[in-house]
Amino acid sequence: MDALVNAFSKVSEILTSIVFFAPTIGGVQVPLIVVWLVVAGTFFTVWLGFMNLRGFKHAIDLVKGKYSDPDDAGDVTHFQALATAVSGTVGLGNIAGVAIAISLGGPGATLWMILAGFVGMSTKMAECTLGVQFRRESPDGTISGGPMFYLRDALALQGRGKLGRVLAACFAVCMIGGSLGGGNMFQSNQATAQIIEVTGGADGTLGSFGWLIGVIFAVLVGAVIIGGIKSIAKVTEKVVPFMAAVYVTACLLVILGNFSSIPAAAGDIISGAFTGPGIVGGAVGALLVGFQRAAFSNEAGLGSAAVAHSAVRTKEPATEGFVALLEPFIDTIVICTMTALTIVITGAWADPDASEIGGVKLTSRAFESVLPWFPVVLAVAVVMFAFSTMISWSYYGMKATAYLFGEGKKVENTFKIVFVIFTVIGAAAALGPVIDFSDSMIFAMGVFNIIGLYFLAKVIRTTISSYYSRIQSGEIKEFADR
Amino acid sequence: MATVLIGVDNSEASTRAVEFALERADAEDLQLVVAHVINWSPFSFNTNTENEERPARRKAEIAAADEQVIAPMVSLVEAAGRKASTQIRHGHPSETLIDIAEEVGASHIVVGRTGDSGLREAIFGSVVMKLVHVSPLPVTVVP
Repeated sequence: MDALVNAFSKVSEILTSIVFFAPTIGGVQVPLIVVWLVVAGTFFTVWLGFMNLRGFKHAIDLVKGKYSDPDDAGDVTHFQALATAVSGTVGLGNIAGVAIAISLGGPGATLWMILAGFVGMSTKMAECTLGVQFRRESPDGTISGGPMFYLRDALALQGRGKLGRVLAACFAVCMIGGSLGGGNMFQSNQATAQIIEVTGGADGTLGSFGWLIGVIFAVLVGAVIIGGIKSIAKVTEKVVPFMAAVYVTACLLVILGNFSSIPAAAGDIISGAFTGPGIVGGAVGALLVGFQRAAFSNEAGLGSAAVAHSAVRTKEPATEGFVALLEPFIDTIVICTMTALTIVITGAWADPDASEIGGVKLTSRAFESVLPWFPVVLAVAVVMFAFSTMISWSYYGMKATAYLFGEGKKVENTFKIVFVIFTVIGAAAALGPVIDFSDSMIFAMGVFNIIGLYFLAKVIRTTISSYYSRIQSGEIKEFADR
Repeated sequence: MATVLIGVDNSEASTRAVEFALERADAEDLQLVVAHVINWSPFSFNTNTENEERPARRKAEIAAADEQVIAPMVSLVEAAGRKASTQIRHGHPSETLIDIAEEVGASHIVVGRTGDSGLREAIFGSVVMKLVHVSPLPVTVVP
């Protein structure tokens, strides 16, 4: 096991140095990939005419089902597509990732995180519109979509078939890596750390049994994805939204419990955003970690959501674009901000060892100061979030594998077995290499996806604006008014 | 000619509901609509795999309902020498039955007494109870 973990650390180191190539600009290391994602978000926000703001109400109406044809009842609704996508993204990024951002970048990272969430809404809208527009329906009626398909097929329509195929293949390779890394190892790593923590830490009952917890996770994940045991997935689906509600409520309790500190915390967040008292170097450092953790959490521009949203029943691809813009809003602007406020308001971020313990532990400590019993609940939440994220990402990885190697049971099962092996490695390895590998692979997806989005920017805008103008003119009405 | 909507599932009580409606139809010359609602919510939480398979499953569910629920009821109706139109929908059972009743212009809904059973009914109450509570039309519950 040690040899495997060591070999993994080496690979992770090399990958990170490529994906996170960060020239030093003005004394601060600037990871170009983070700049890449934020520039894309900003571009699409402007390019689509701030549709992330203008279309917000319409997005809510779509999710409520106001525009759903009653004859389509029984098929995948906008709400269901959104809920599935959100359960894949809401997870450790919202709990551990935010804690990492603030422990490194100071409270100011929060403001940049929110901003990244805001522009991320536009990228998400762009990619999910394309996801539905270029999805594929197989003869048996199953629907699948995602960047692989729009990169290949939409670019081919522009006479860029070769470029499209290359981008699609590179994207698929990275999505397999992202699935194994951020979607799997990072999840099992942090969930395991949390279980060890609540059972007495490294010297506690389970201190040296990280690998065993990993094996248990692997068995459960395997039961769902290989064994097809739907009841486990069913339970997770039901419990995860409930846990998310509990989590946000607990954040609110902590924030309201420190009512008098709210102005000071808000001040720290705003002034910190421009002065950056964190350890990564000034305001730019705060900005970069804020952007990075937001991107890791809401996955805007990475292309994963386009896979999840593609199954929706709709005749208008743009509708799912509108619905998808709610995802970074829920994930980053609401949930990540809650976590950040909790950590800032309790002062947990200023502990001398804050950047050292990082991750879930820091969030847990912030809660503990107000709700002493909460770390146990948090541990359960982390495990449930991690589990649902793993199930979602195993699907993304499987789709990418099928794209590269063809549909078929043999290919599918090989991937699934590799997936559960990585679950165990994730639990046994240290946080550092795991988080580096996870970040590298997940962010690399964004490189190829966004190149494609730029080429397809005109298609995206035409689809969205032609739909939106029909909504505004009243040509497309709510079903109750037809 | 007045229309009667008969809400059915695959229970014995549904058979009795159809038989009851047939008796009334003979006496009053009614038009019959036999409907089955597949319990489904637009706001449930699914996995990616479930979503991917959903369109195919939806078709399969409708086909199964047609074969196992609707067909036996229709043959009862035909054996009595009458005709019935049919409806199969996904949705919230009692609400969707009312929607169908309004669409087909029914003046009356007939259902069998038992639908759900056991724990579910103990917790949520039965479809029939809800229907009786909220229906804007007269409802006959056949024991």
